[in-house]
Amino acid sequence: MSLFLLGLIRLLTGAQARWYGCPPKAEQRIYFANHQSHADLVMIWAALPQELRGITRPIAARDYWTKTPFKQWITTAVFNAVYVDRERKGDEDPLQPLADALTSGDSIIIFPEGTRGNAEEPQPFKSGLYSLTQRFPDVVLVPAWINNVQRVMPKGEVVPVPILCSVTFGAPIKLEPGEERRAFLDRARLAVIALRDV
Amino acid sequence: MNQFLRSLTPTQQVGALFLIIFGILVIISAVAFLLTLREQREGAHDAAWHAELKNFRKLLATSWFMVVIFWVAWAAGEGVATVLFALIAFFALREFITLSPTRRGDHRSLVLAFFVVLPIQFWLAGTEHFDLFTVFIPVYVFLAIPVVSAIADDPERFLERNAKLQWGIMVCIYGMSHVPALLLLDFRNYQGKNAFLVFFLVFVVQTCMVVQHLVTRKLKRPPSAPNVSKSFNWRSWFIGIGVGSFLGGLLSFITPFKPGQALAMAFVACVAGSLGHLVMKALKRDRGVTSWGKGRLSVTGANGLLDRVDALCFAAPVFFHSVRWYFGL
Repeated sequence: MSLFLLGLIRLLTGAQARWYGCPPKAEQRIYFANHQSHADLVMIWAALPQELRGITRPIAARDYWTKTPFKQWITTAVFNAVYVDRERKGDEDPLQPLADALTSGDSIIIFPEGTRGNAEEPQPFKSGLYSLTQRFPDVVLVPAWINNVQRVMPKGEVVPVPILCSVTFGAPIKLEPGEERRAFLDRARLAVIALRDV
Repeated sequence: MNQFLRSLTPTQQVGALFLIIFGILVIISAVAFLLTLREQREGAHDAAWHAELKNFRKLLATSWFMVVIFWVAWAAGEGVATVLFALIAFFALREFITLSPTRRGDHRSLVLAFFVVLPIQFWLAGTEHFDLFTVFIPVYVFLAIPVVSAIADDPERFLERNAKLQWGIMVCIYGMSHVPALLLLDFRNYQGKNAFLVFFLVFVVQTCMVVQHLVTRKLKRPPSAPNVSKSFNWRSWFIGIGVGSFLGGLLSFITPFKPGQALAMAFVACVAGSLGHLVMKALKRDRGVTSWGKGRLSVTGANGLLDRVDALCFAAPVFFHSVRWYFGL
């Protein structure tokens, strides 16, 4: 199934990964990317090389990706995704599933905008990225720009259209000592935007 | 020699043709490889020479790719050939659409183009429904695409968006579908040899393009349409067309045409192909890119397939319909 899906994605979008600023390497990483479509997760999964795909877990919104049995099956069995709740329930920490994944040594893919944007530029990043970095200072932070995916399958459509897409990975960024939360998040956002024109 | 070739069955003749082409390619590739072993000495001239060689080897790789595709298409039969060209059309259209901005409202039209129009057109070609094949896109799809777009309820740049999509369909699907259709034309006394016709078309058009390219580099004439193409000028265009047509005349023995007819058909194909290429250049300039593939910043995964097949996409329909009209097929 995963091979079939991979072939299909390549046929439709090319799913090309462009590594600028860092090589594809099996170290523990947090990839953070712009978010325009639910298919972003699929794209970035397909763009990673085979060796990294197994140790990298994308974040999936629980309400969307568990709606039907098929979506639930594909996110758990194929993507090995980590579910997060988009709406906060009670006191539990919404970042806890991510922290668990990082603790067990996996890399993760997150979309710090929190929700899909329709604008040219990504929305301001939410603070999750900052908290994770504070808790796991050794994990490498890699920015990524996903290009064109929203054209493949816009909101509310079911049939994808073949359009070439790419994922650009940039140079890792680091949390500077004493850096403020807002400043760091803005810097991370700019690092993602900068990859659009590489 | 000629007697011997004529005594072969059509299949053996086509096989021999491929053998000759592969032989020539092997020799050229071997020479090009040996040349790369030459030591790079100092001086800008030598560096330029090596860059030129690299360029040439890239061109050679393309030729290998195309010849292998044609060989597979011929060896596997017409059904597979049709599917193969359908795939090429699919990838070419994917490149075209990627570089033409679409809006949300175009989604259904795009689905229609890729998953309905393309298969139907190639199915029509494969099953030899040539009457419907000829009018299906210009008449029926011409209406269907804007209807679907209009239902999507987005008037923003409506004409522009639809024109782009129609263009992509015409060039990539309609144009490309005429190549496998050539394989299925029924000439008297020419059964089983239609692969020669495709070879004739591709070879003549490619020769015309290559000669035009080489002459342009030698002559260094001012370009005739500098804003569209830095290289196009009328004199080298005439020379390219001349050489292509002349070669077509010489190759008449592999076609169902007499030498004069072959010359005329090659002329028509060369004019259509080279001017079509110029038109595609204008389109690329309009989009602000120099090629459909790499070299551009943020579009990737494309390998510039459209750059390689665009001349063919324009030449094939013109060639096909001229042949059909003239021979009353």
